[in-house]
Amino acid sequence: MTTTVADHHHDEVPKGITRWLFTTNHKDIGTLYLWFSFIMFLVGGAMALVIRAELFQPGLQVVDPHFYNQMVTVHALIMIFGAVMPGFVGFANWMIPMMIGAPDMSLPRMNNWSFWLLPFATSLLILSLFVPGGGPAAGWTIYPPLSVQGGMGVDLTIFTIHILGMSSILGAINIIATIMNMRAPGMTLMKMPLFIWTWVITAFLLIAAMPVLAGAVTMLLTDRHFGTAFFDPAGGGDPVMFQHIFWFFGHPEVYILILPAFGIISQIIPTFARKPLFGYTSMVFATAGIAFLSFIVWAHHMYTVGMPLSGELFFMYSTMLIAIPTGVKIFNWMATMWRGSMTFETPMLYAIATVALFTVGGLTGLMMAITPADFQYHDTYFIVAHFHYVIFCGSVLGMFAGVYYWLPKWTGHMYDETLGKWHFWLTIIAFNVTFFPQHFLGFAGMPRRIPDYSLQFAEFNVISSIGGFVLGFSQLILLVVVIKAIRGGKKASAEVWENPEGLEWTVPSPAPYHTFATAPEVK
Amino acid sequence: MHILRETKMIVNRLKHLLGAGSALVSTLVLWAMPASVQAEWALNLQRPVTEIARVQYDLHMLIMYIVTVIGVIVFAVMFYSIVKFRKSKGAQPAKFSHSTKAEVIWTVIPTLILIVMAVPSTKALLLMEDTTESDMVVKVTGYQWGWHYDYMEDNVDFFSKLTTPQSQITGSEAKGENYLLEVDNHMVIPVGKKVRILLTARDVIHAWWVPQLGGKKDAIPGFINEMWVRADETGTFRGQCAELCGKDHGYMPIVVDVVEEAEYQAWLANQRNSG
Repeated sequence: MTTTVADHHHDEVPKGITRWLFTTNHKDIGTLYLWFSFIMFLVGGAMALVIRAELFQPGLQVVDPHFYNQMVTVHALIMIFGAVMPGFVGFANWMIPMMIGAPDMSLPRMNNWSFWLLPFATSLLILSLFVPGGGPAAGWTIYPPLSVQGGMGVDLTIFTIHILGMSSILGAINIIATIMNMRAPGMTLMKMPLFIWTWVITAFLLIAAMPVLAGAVTMLLTDRHFGTAFFDPAGGGDPVMFQHIFWFFGHPEVYILILPAFGIISQIIPTFARKPLFGYTSMVFATAGIAFLSFIVWAHHMYTVGMPLSGELFFMYSTMLIAIPTGVKIFNWMATMWRGSMTFETPMLYAIATVALFTVGGLTGLMMAITPADFQYHDTYFIVAHFHYVIFCGSVLGMFAGVYYWLPKWTGHMYDETLGKWHFWLTIIAFNVTFFPQHFLGFAGMPRRIPDYSLQFAEFNVISSIGGFVLGFSQLILLVVVIKAIRGGKKASAEVWENPEGLEWTVPSPAPYHTFATAPEVK
Repeated sequence: MHILRETKMIVNRLKHLLGAGSALVSTLVLWAMPASVQAEWALNLQRPVTEIARVQYDLHMLIMYIVTVIGVIVFAVMFYSIVKFRKSKGAQPAKFSHSTKAEVIWTVIPTLILIVMAVPSTKALLLMEDTTESDMVVKVTGYQWGWHYDYMEDNVDFFSKLTTPQSQITGSEAKGENYLLEVDNHMVIPVGKKVRILLTARDVIHAWWVPQLGGKKDAIPGFINEMWVRADETGTFRGQCAELCGKDHGYMPIVVDVVEEAEYQAWLANQRNSG
């Protein structure tokens, strides 16, 4: 493409629906991913409210147990594969090219296809709720033999997972190619912003893990329809093998869910502390360490299956070990805040809450790492509390932080700070009201994935359900904030914040449709 | 305006205070409150009645203290930073951006803490997985949706299913005290004897769990898992299936009666005659 042709199209932003169907522009695709993620977040959230409505009181009032199990299953699948993962890919698309001084992603057309696979795949999943037999109801972990029993909803889910996996793998390839090949001259690896580091490492995890999941669900499909017996003991197979394969994917998956959030808050805290990120080198190595260790801890999700003692001990030790690099990262963020000069706009509030509340989840994770203790915690609400602390407070709050941080760059307008703070406080308080009591429910003996419970669990379930409803409806504030900022508001400068670091702050706000057509010089 | 800003600052501090506070309070409450069985507002594990459950409980308290202390320190430091190092108070940002000494310290100390935790954890696991020299054996089979108990050495076996009536579940009748935790045929074992429990299933994966007896193991079709319990006191202890197994996963509880040896023998004889 010659310079003249590029100049001619430079200020022309395409219009209409075809713009969004055929765009190869990283900003447009980022926007598509982020809106898709937010819509899925609300859909998954609605399912969570069905769950919390049923659990408000002992007894069955709202749904029947089979539908309840479908809600539990699809809530998780939508949140993980429809909200969190696409959300972070949205951030990757918007921010990676700008942060490295590149004009776009390395493979723009594949980028478009990676996105459009998502609505197609998730429609299959939603459709599964309406076919005979209903949607998948074996938990998002779809263990056989239970998942072999399910109707065609399970098959639709398997196809969904295949297509979503494809989208993730293609996206990961794109991200690695972009980061490896298109950095502006002068931006060596150790000069990359930490958000870039966390995403490139996440991309490698995706490529390693997603095919394993594809393998597992394909074996499930053939067990269901094509006469194989991978997981059927009657045919010489082993149900536990599915768990090993699933969690070999599943554990790196949870780090895929969290590392980009760690990258986002590593950008935000230095800006609002007015101090450089503490321990950059350490942070890079800690992230890489976490990624490597994530491949050798998977069976801590399976402590009760009846592993040999040596296996139980190995996974206990390796799981405890992964606490070390995670702790290092927490301490480095704290050291960034220490002796800074902090202000507490909404992005900073969210970033601090992410660090503090993720720590709670990380510490309960350490408790669960201890195999003999986990025999009491496993499959109880203690686990449910743990993973909501790490995923919601780690990944989701991290994304909220990133939205508030970069919204002025994306839209050209400052968001409404008062509304932002309302969103923050309602979310944080409601989240803790919902999930902190669940630790106690788990200790007290309440199993997970049950639609009804015995009477001693009633009090904390009432509290949890009330919190859940406040939490769910509070997210509509974010919708208002985003729409308001798109339509208007105080004009944002290029820098937006006070002396933030990063190439994205050197372009105007809103960022022009094409940025860095010529590479900047990085010193 | 000034009042508004002051209020916001106070609320900001409260958040961190709340975090550290609730961690502290729950630990204190947990320490003060012995584990109680099936109490409302229960904050801790159920009261252990076997050596294994006791070992688990003590280990659980140890690791909970450790993580609470770590959590309180993290929250306290962050809280202090938020109060002290704010621009509105005129704090000037320092220039430092790394310290190898700090990195070493906060890598080595957590490693040492982990080693301290790993030692009792390893011992506890070795104890739990040692099913040798048991006094008797019971085979437990998970079904959709109930349990089957087989006292193989005595030729006694029976099914055990939930007895809570549908009317209580749907709410047309008031719920009984042992709502969802009552079955027709209890598992009965003698006090003070090491009972080896073999676990399997007939259809999908279930899990057998009675918190007070300690331990939880999956019941997997086609495979046999094992665990053991030795109850120190008589009584009735209740648990639930702990692996999603279909629509009535929440409706297949476990009830174990621990009785004196004589009573156990009488029960066994009765079962043999009527079975």
